[in-house]
Amino acid sequence: MIGRNWIIATALLACVPLAVSSLYILHVLITLLIWAFIYTGWSLMGRFGLVSFGHGAFMGIGAYVVTLLWNLQGISPWIGIPLGMLLAVAVAVLIGYPCFRFRITGHYFALVTLALTEVVRSIIIALRDTTGGSLGITPASALKDGATWSLTALQCSDKRVFFYAALVCWLVGIWIWQRIDQSMMRHAMQAISQEEDAAASVGVNVTRAKLTITVISAAMTAFGGALYGQYQQYINPETVASLGVSLQMVFAVIAGGMFVKLGPTVGAVFTLLLTEGLRVGIGNQINSLDSTIYGLMLVLFIIYMPDGILGKLMEKRRAGPRAA
Amino acid sequence: MLEVQGLTKKFGGFTAVDAISFDLGEGEILGLIGPNGSGKSTTFNLVAGLYAPTAGSIRFQGREIGGLKPAQVCHAGIGRTFQIPRPFRKLTILENVALSAFYGQNGKVSRATAWKQAEEALNLIGLPYANDAGIDGLGAAALKKLELARALATQPRLLLADESLGGLDEAEMEQAADMLKNIRREKNITIIWVEHIMGVLMRVVDRCIVLDHGEIIAAGLPHEVARNPQVVEVYLGSDADDLQAQTSQRAGEGAR
Repeated sequence: MIGRNWIIATALLACVPLAVSSLYILHVLITLLIWAFIYTGWSLMGRFGLVSFGHGAFMGIGAYVVTLLWNLQGISPWIGIPLGMLLAVAVAVLIGYPCFRFRITGHYFALVTLALTEVVRSIIIALRDTTGGSLGITPASALKDGATWSLTALQCSDKRVFFYAALVCWLVGIWIWQRIDQSMMRHAMQAISQEEDAAASVGVNVTRAKLTITVISAAMTAFGGALYGQYQQYINPETVASLGVSLQMVFAVIAGGMFVKLGPTVGAVFTLLLTEGLRVGIGNQINSLDSTIYGLMLVLFIIYMPDGILGKLMEKRRAGPRAA
Repeated sequence: MLEVQGLTKKFGGFTAVDAISFDLGEGEILGLIGPNGSGKSTTFNLVAGLYAPTAGSIRFQGREIGGLKPAQVCHAGIGRTFQIPRPFRKLTILENVALSAFYGQNGKVSRATAWKQAEEALNLIGLPYANDAGIDGLGAAALKKLELARALATQPRLLLADESLGGLDEAEMEQAADMLKNIRREKNITIIWVEHIMGVLMRVVDRCIVLDHGEIIAAGLPHEVARNPQVVEVYLGSDADDLQAQTSQRAGEGAR
């Protein structure tokens, strides 16, 4: 179901690089689309009550596998990206299966996944000789002798190329969300999120349903991480594999709206405006001010706007005509 | 159809169900009754797969099902309801039942078929579901009906009904009892009906098993069981006279 509005909106977005010459705006839009894709991936689990603080791990795995394979073995990201996604999926199953099999849900599930992020971050830092530790790592440049792009290395000095890649990626993310929303699995997951025993008693294989959604979500996040690394040409544990990143995903999706298709995208816009606003307005003098503000706002959102910004707006719009 | 042999369930040192055996023929309605804590819910949950038996076997249509998980038991052809209704509140009434039809048959039917079967089940039960009606606002009786519709939509050969009368008033109980009879007639489904209220149940069931302290203390035709002195003593207490009056009256109705 791709409506006319979607085609128009996509066409308009696709024209942005032609109309905008500011590299800054283009940069902001690219990161926005990549984050929106990752947040959409997170929300696939979050909307069904699987609140994961482990997505920083999946994103980090995607980014680091691709960069390390390229730097150490010269393996192209075209192979590295699927491998990174595969590893993220393997880790997701390793963590997810016992959790789902033994019914670790709610806060306990959040804690297990939180530990996962920390484990992956620690491993990256511990292997500093290979990974660059907390200083991060840069993919070896394939742009020599004035070349502006390399297909094998998935590197490109032209931001417009990344804009279109990020746009397609985001659209695919929205499409996946929608496919799941229209499938029977959505009904099954909603049933599970409320009445696990009852769902099992009508034949839903609870463990398999949860694992399926977790695997899709982890794969998307790893892909987003890889794309982020290729675009930024620099990754470090803080920006792709930390608890901060995991928290940022949780915050953005809750702020934007966990239960609506474009909620995570709205969350991406919101967090980006917040971060850039703080950076421009206050500067970098006060350490971890943004995290503090995220935390504070998360509490406020959970109390006053649990359906997020977009969720609230859509609810108002639905209620509007009836009230009038 | 169902053969239970030496079924035992222990929770730590406590024996909830102690080596009980019974069987059930095709198309029968079996009442499983007993006071609170008698082991009837445990027996029910053992058959439904919520608990794994400590010992003994449960054979359904010639296949051992003891220890299977709830979803596998459902796929084997056994549907269950919950004593306290557990609707999926985020889904509409129709979605609740359609989900059960789809997954209850292990995804072997198309979505369109699942939706059609859901409407059939709701019509059979008599629960209105129009206009994407949600769960909120449904009363106790309607929620009990939803439980039944959901179980039926999985197209079971054996239906386990857990206290389908609990929380209903007299008229609703009569209605529910008729509904179970109707289900058996329409779909030729075998039913195990667990209840701690005996009255209405006795009119509907073909046979009755009375549990106390995890053991079967009486089994047989409803009016026989109701007259069994042991049953009267351990289970009915002061209501005994009242109950005997009810059952004999109903046995008379049935004979007519």
